[in-house]
Amino acid sequence: MEKRVVFRSAWLPYALLAPQIAVTLVFFFWPAAQAGWYSFQLQDAFGLRTEFVGLSNFAALFRDANYLHSFKVTALFSALVAVSGIAIALLLAVMADRVVRGALAYKTLLIWPYAVAPAVAGVLWAFLFAPSVGIVTYALRQAGYDWNWVLRGEQAMLLVVIASAWKQVSYNFLFFLAGLQSIPRSLIEAAAIDGAGPARRFWTVVFPLLSPTTFFLLVVNVVYAFFDTFGVIDATTQGGPAGSTQILVYKVYYDGVKAADLGGSSAQSVVLMLIVIALTVVQFRFVERKVQY
Amino acid sequence: MHLRTLAVALAAAGLLSANAQAQTEIQWWHSMTGALGDKLNEIASGFNASQKDYKVVPVYRGSYPESMTAAIAAFRAGSAPHILQVFEVGTATMMAAKGAVKPVYQMMKEAGEPFDPRNYLPAVSGYYSDSEGNLLSLPFNSSTPVFYVNKDAYRKAGLDADQPPKTWKEFAAAAGKLKASGHGCVYSTGWPAWVHVENFSAWHNLPIGTRENGIAGVDAEFKVNSPAHVKHVEMLADFVKKGWFTYSGRRNEAEARFFSGECAMLTSSSGAQANIRRNAKFDFSVNFLPYHDEIKSAPQNSIIGGATLWVMSGKKPAEYKGVTKFFSYLSSTGVQADWSKSTGYVPITNAAFEAIRKEGYYQKVPGADIAVRQLNYKPPTPNSKGLRFGNYVQGREVIEEEMEAVFAGSKDAKAAMDDAVRRGNEILRRFEAANKS
Repeated sequence: MEKRVVFRSAWLPYALLAPQIAVTLVFFFWPAAQAGWYSFQLQDAFGLRTEFVGLSNFAALFRDANYLHSFKVTALFSALVAVSGIAIALLLAVMADRVVRGALAYKTLLIWPYAVAPAVAGVLWAFLFAPSVGIVTYALRQAGYDWNWVLRGEQAMLLVVIASAWKQVSYNFLFFLAGLQSIPRSLIEAAAIDGAGPARRFWTVVFPLLSPTTFFLLVVNVVYAFFDTFGVIDATTQGGPAGSTQILVYKVYYDGVKAADLGGSSAQSVVLMLIVIALTVVQFRFVERKVQY
Repeated sequence: MHLRTLAVALAAAGLLSANAQAQTEIQWWHSMTGALGDKLNEIASGFNASQKDYKVVPVYRGSYPESMTAAIAAFRAGSAPHILQVFEVGTATMMAAKGAVKPVYQMMKEAGEPFDPRNYLPAVSGYYSDSEGNLLSLPFNSSTPVFYVNKDAYRKAGLDADQPPKTWKEFAAAAGKLKASGHGCVYSTGWPAWVHVENFSAWHNLPIGTRENGIAGVDAEFKVNSPAHVKHVEMLADFVKKGWFTYSGRRNEAEARFFSGECAMLTSSSGAQANIRRNAKFDFSVNFLPYHDEIKSAPQNSIIGGATLWVMSGKKPAEYKGVTKFFSYLSSTGVQADWSKSTGYVPITNAAFEAIRKEGYYQKVPGADIAVRQLNYKPPTPNSKGLRFGNYVQGREVIEEEMEAVFAGSKDAKAAMDDAVRRGNEILRRFEAANKS
């Protein structure tokens, strides 16, 4: 017998939804609309003079080779953060799932880093890798490797990827662990009886069954890399050296907040919004088809 | 019992706030931390204790760009502070905001406060005056880049520690010997664009941009791709290759590497002296910036960095009166001399400089006068009195990005400086369009 709750009242469902809708409108749609409006304007810092300039903010953006470069940087950065974060978390989750003794301790410790704020994570890693006083730098120097991320772009990228992926590993780990525990033991045992080794069992049974989790994490991690990592970058490289870690969202922040260029910054955030919408559509239309629920 | 205590407390609080209301409160937003912040608070309480009518309330609002952003947001919401400390690169933005700021000379005139801009060091006041010489904001903390040398490292390398390099040629010779003596980091610099582009230009009497470095108008263009500029950046890149120059970042990260003894030479703000004196466990000297002797116009004079106090518009006359009184107190010789000695910033008035000199402070602390002497080396020219470029927060970043590309070896100096000019000019044109009157 099916159990369904039916609202008799005409207004009650709307009233119950209202707070959520109000929050969405005030904190998401309103600022987004405002960014859209500002992106067509040229303003001085204090908002004393405002001029409607049509698409000229966008034209200026796409004339700027460095802005175009920051697309590449963002793509590389997001791919590295998402893939390394997911891969490492999956490995750890599979290992932790097999541990019998002290499993709780392992699991707890692996989840901890998620509680660290991005900016703090950035500062911690920046200290470890600091060009003059960092302990990792010291070890690398001893090994004869010249580590100076304030000048070497690829090292700076590596640093921000490590700092960003590190805390995301915990989050991914949690989901993978839950996913693994929901896979029926009987399936794995059946495969084992058929003579499949651990690696074979993982690739043919476990991994396909985890694909909904992996897909979900892919979406979440890409969005994380696009938006939430700017604290890490602000605390470490600030987009440098020579723009090699200048991801799109950091440039939005820098131009809008630090350089008081509202029009340019808004145009960038509109572009960013469009990218994320496109990316989400692609993920749900094409990647999701390959996912087995 | 409890109720009665509460009532008494409330009454007392009421009395206190009534007392406070009789005073006119003046909000002062600033960006000074640590020892500098303590000193700033001391100045405010000194002023508050000196009279009864006004109360200056200093509020720390984050780094320079952060507090400026906060003030802009507050202005838009109609609750700007009275006084705002703005760093030198924000000058053009503040100046262009005619409806948002109250020029200091105008406020002083309206309040009938005696005020002569000629009392201020020309290298300082020139930076913050309009083209008619009217002072727009009150100089507060000003510094200039100087050249620090670790004398112990020089001795170890067999160099004469009392003859530090005057030119970049001599610098290169010393750098080679320091490297040979096994010093891991020979030289580093803080604030690369400020030292190696802005002050390099002024010190060699070369323009940073047209229109008197932007001071004469918002239609200025950058000029930092001249052969002399390119050659200087090329030289630095060559130093990087030879292991003579270790790049440390865009802010003052290099200072710690100098006073820890890691780097033997440093160019950075004269304001770093206090920290270096406190931390360095070696003998060091403070010197003029090196120059290229093949450029005949060098050395000229260096330019300042630091911040000034801007007065925001739309306040009551009584409040402006208070700001005026406070500014006079701040510029008084005693306060200025004390501020300069305890912070390492340059004294901003001639009288304060004289007072410090007369008491023999510069003999006692050798090197403390280098900054002022370098700023006053020759009377400032249109190339060396300062700079004023719109959105220079972004402009300076562009220059730094391009320099980093050269130092990392991914771009040659000519192409990088050409790109810096092209990208910088785009920013200037946007600013011009947003601020045309």
